[in-house]
Amino acid sequence: MQNRESLREGRVRIPSGCAIAGIMDRSGSRHDGSDILKSIALMHDRGNGLGGGFAAYGIYPEYKDLYAFHIMYESRDARTETEAYLDKHFMSEKQERIPTESVGSIKNPPDIWRYFVAPHPMRLNMSGLDEFEYTMQHVFHVNGQIDGAFVASSGKNMGAFKGVGYPEDIGEFYRIQDYRAWAWTAHGRFPTNTPGWWGGAHPFTLLNWSVVHNGEISSYDTNRRYVEQFGYDCELQTDTEVITYLFDLLARRHGFSQEMAAHIMTASSWDDIDRMDPERAAFETALRTTYSSALVNGPFSVILGSDEGLLALNDRLKLRALMAAEKGSMVYLASEQAAIEVVCPDAENVRSIEGGVPFVVQLDEVARRKRGESAENTPSAKPFKHEVGVLPRRRKEA
Amino acid sequence: MLDYLLPRYKVERDRDLCVQCGVCERSCANEVHHVDPDLGRVVADHAACVNCQRCVVMCPTKAIAITKWPQVDSGSANWTLGYMQDIAKQAQTGAVLLSSMGNPEPYPIYWDHLLLNASQVTNPSIDPLREPMETRVLLGGRPGMLKVNEREHKLVSPMPPQIKLDVPLMFSAMSFGSISLNAQMSLAMAARELGTYFNTGEGGLHRDLEPYAANAIVQVASGRFGVDPHYLAAGAAIEIKIGQGAKPGIGGHLPGEKINAEVSRTRMIPQGTDAISPAPHHDIYSIEDLRQLIFSLKEATRYAKPVAVKIAAVHNAAAIASGMARAGADIIVVDGFRGGTGAAPKRIRDNVGIPIELALAAVDQRLRDEGIRSTVSLVAAGSMRSSADVVRAIALGADAVYCASAALIALGCHQCGDCSSGKCNWGIATQRPELTRRLNPEIAAERVVNLIRGWNHEIQEMMGGMGINAIDSLRGNRLMLRGVGLNEKELEILGVKYAGE
Repeated sequence: MQNRESLREGRVRIPSGCAIAGIMDRSGSRHDGSDILKSIALMHDRGNGLGGGFAAYGIYPEYKDLYAFHIMYESRDARTETEAYLDKHFMSEKQERIPTESVGSIKNPPDIWRYFVAPHPMRLNMSGLDEFEYTMQHVFHVNGQIDGAFVASSGKNMGAFKGVGYPEDIGEFYRIQDYRAWAWTAHGRFPTNTPGWWGGAHPFTLLNWSVVHNGEISSYDTNRRYVEQFGYDCELQTDTEVITYLFDLLARRHGFSQEMAAHIMTASSWDDIDRMDPERAAFETALRTTYSSALVNGPFSVILGSDEGLLALNDRLKLRALMAAEKGSMVYLASEQAAIEVVCPDAENVRSIEGGVPFVVQLDEVARRKRGESAENTPSAKPFKHEVGVLPRRRKEA
Repeated sequence: MLDYLLPRYKVERDRDLCVQCGVCERSCANEVHHVDPDLGRVVADHAACVNCQRCVVMCPTKAIAITKWPQVDSGSANWTLGYMQDIAKQAQTGAVLLSSMGNPEPYPIYWDHLLLNASQVTNPSIDPLREPMETRVLLGGRPGMLKVNEREHKLVSPMPPQIKLDVPLMFSAMSFGSISLNAQMSLAMAARELGTYFNTGEGGLHRDLEPYAANAIVQVASGRFGVDPHYLAAGAAIEIKIGQGAKPGIGGHLPGEKINAEVSRTRMIPQGTDAISPAPHHDIYSIEDLRQLIFSLKEATRYAKPVAVKIAAVHNAAAIASGMARAGADIIVVDGFRGGTGAAPKRIRDNVGIPIELALAAVDQRLRDEGIRSTVSLVAAGSMRSSADVVRAIALGADAVYCASAALIALGCHQCGDCSSGKCNWGIATQRPELTRRLNPEIAAERVVNLIRGWNHEIQEMMGGMGINAIDSLRGNRLMLRGVGLNEKELEILGVKYAGE
């Protein structure tokens, strides 16, 4: 079963049910991974042992200006090839095996390494791309072109720890209690198929984004074919992947706030728009029309992590559970209320996230900074790779 | 010269049921039926029958049925009766064979090889009776990205003009002249009631239709009939017609006898003269010329209306559509080879062009490969027979569809394919007052509204089954389709997986 590649994400589309959780300290103080572990462990029955993982923000303060690549290898050759590739395109400050603990239930883990790198300045300059785009394209290359290598995360001062198993076992395997982060998210997966592939576990990450998601979006192919126009190749065919790319396109490339990006993905209903005053209605209509293929449909609950904080989002009809609660500077999110109360019994403002209304938790310093910034979005001016390349894009369909 | 042509149909009359009331005689503009008092029965001129079925429907005792002429052919699978009859007709007249309505030949109908998806277990289907189910579509050009002020909820970059459809389909172009004013009026009234649009075709906008101009798409075609600043300003959108699915590469010809006083005034041509639309626009011999016409029309309407460009689905449709998008078209209309017509040379109708399903899939994919699909709207036309065809077209990549034949069938059309004779017994494709008055626009509009409302309910049910509550999420969602009975190349072009995959 382990090596049935034909059943992996990317070869087939695998619907999953899930548990998700997030814990964040708005003050930016860092906490170890024991609470998130307890929270996701309580929702054991929402997963089936075929995928679990965590994303953590603020764990590498000593390397905060470098991209931290977490890479999983299935073979020595894959590592050799990947490291040669990274050597060519990045300058590496440090590389090491990620420390792990052997856990009885975790079978055949891959070889997992981390690299702290900066883009090779000359190559970055010659590519004509900005730093993010450059890094993203090389991450895509490793994931898509190098057999047996998968970049689990590629952001700065953050990392994803994921694999095949129940999330509590995965957490123990990665010793997440040893890391201190200001934001944690977690995922316990219930895939319908049994790919047993570590790369397919969640959170899904790209640059500083991490996404944990519960649901099956019915707009998948509409969203996929929309983002693929702009150079995002959906290799894994998962909802989480396409949702991450939508956030990247809208928030990073088009310059919207994360909240506005989430609003575009769960746009106001036409009934609501028809009741708005004309100027507001024109605004919402323009968003819905321009970004109609970014509308995400079908049941989903999502926790998006980034260097700004967490964002929780439910589908417009609220077809998936997602609860939020606060205590002081702490914010808790989870598929089930009990998973919040198990780590914070006296949580306040316990409520469910409303359908289509983004719930935004920003670091205090980010919120302060944003208040002083212009409310107009500034699109990133740098071109996409396929716009500066000399070869035509390869045809993706069928 | 002796006419070698055989009748095509035979009128079967049940003598026991017939009461010789003469309704059939009065129903038939082709003068098939004749109540013969001397014989004491009703006789039929079978050769004149076109199988429009007006008499069948009108007969109060249901005594009439039309059957095929029972003549066997030669037994050859090659020299069929159809080909031999065509030869006999041309040997007689020396003329180009004329035909009407869509291509009837048994080419593959890809709609019938595409099956729809529904939710089971892993995500819920949505009940349209309980949850909002959005079928509204906006058509027009779009910027690739918007610039807004998020705090004030205001647009910073301007939004190009859009037209709003409450149902994802419009009525395709049929000119006054090719159809009766009553038929156009019926569609105009239905369009207003449904929150969608009818298309004037290349026949101008009759003054009686001006109250419905907000629901009109005004067409500019190669003959430029009826085009003046008032006409352009009146409609909700402008459509440049380059080609038509039923007759790609061919213009149009409305014979002088159909140019009565009203048609003459509306088309702005002298009464009784032939209205000839040239095959090409003589100011568009290339893509850059199209750009000039698009922008002339935009200038003339102060950039307040979206401009659509309609082409027939031909071999190179994908590249042409991409060029149209780059030339400034806001809406791209692709019309497949099964699309109808009031009159077309038979050999053109039956042999030129490609199926809309393949053309639509190829155009949508090409625009995506070019990264410009989200900047234009795409409308598919050319035989949408049911709500399921509409859903398939949108899942393949269309924003909306045009339909005409289905709407005409709702008005009474029985697809006899004799539109060009001008003797339409249903009052649709005719200008004869005694025939057009058979079509009451109010009743006819109600039939069309009923049809489209029914389709829209079905579309909502199918979307709900897929777990989709806004038609935006169906557009281009090819995972919702699976092919059956298709080869790999067909699947590749359609961009769909095989059933079971």
